[in-house]
Amino acid sequence: MTSGHGHAELPVAARVRRLEERVIGAGLASDQQLDAVLARLYQHASPRSGARIVARAWLDAGYRDRLRTDGNAAAAELGFPVSGYQLKVVANEPGRHNLIVCTLCSCYPVSLLGPSPSWYKSLAYRSRAVREPRPVLAEFGLVLPAETEILVWDANSERRYLVLPRRPEHTEGMPEEELAGLVTQGGLIGTAAV
Amino acid sequence: MSLPPGTTVRARLGDPDHHTRVPRYVRGHTGVIVEDTGRWPLPDDVARGIDPPRVETVYAVRFGARDLWGQGEHSVTLDLWESYLEEAGPR
Repeated sequence: MTSGHGHAELPVAARVRRLEERVIGAGLASDQQLDAVLARLYQHASPRSGARIVARAWLDAGYRDRLRTDGNAAAAELGFPVSGYQLKVVANEPGRHNLIVCTLCSCYPVSLLGPSPSWYKSLAYRSRAVREPRPVLAEFGLVLPAETEILVWDANSERRYLVLPRRPEHTEGMPEEELAGLVTQGGLIGTAAV
Repeated sequence: MSLPPGTTVRARLGDPDHHTRVPRYVRGHTGVIVEDTGRWPLPDDVARGIDPPRVETVYAVRFGARDLWGQGEHSVTLDLWESYLEEAGPR
């Protein structure tokens, strides 16, 4: 595979390439097969995918219900096949805010949110999000009212979380695509309001 | 073991030598079951190459920040395989 993105000279890239060469040398897979696996994984891997799911849920109460009951099926409805994990969508409500973390490593629904931000994998975020989410959110610029309950979700199992942010005010009549454009990766993790 | 939502459970203490998915910060603490998330292979067995691994019910369990850290108003929810849990009885 090609490393690209100017990361080819990083030690980790060299290590990955060595591993790939061993796998290929042992006849377990070809370069093309490895590329195909990555292409599949990253086909829709962008926060835009999560944003499209959110915008649909804002506009369609039925979809919102299906999304909260069976995240995998609801994502597939929009053309985002989710496999290998169970998608759990947690919805922000007035007085209730959700935040995602993986304290054990950096589990994250890559196929719907894109590669995770580096801070998501940092020891500081992983240890502080479960302990003092309010100050952590404030550092992200999200100051929640004191009475807002904060629910932190630690992705330590085979479930991956996606936050359904609240629809911003004054967006009545806005088309779905434009609504999706309001949703950020931080909003899908819970470090931003939207 | 099939535990309904609302059941108070304790995450087992102990520090196995092998891979496990019980974060240290919940060990020995009590939480409340939020939902049954289905049955999944036990990562402790999978990581040790035990074939077939035990397949267990995984519960979403919610812990109060005050119980975990002695302070705070938020909650932390995580998923725990049934062998990570023991019933704690009413508090």
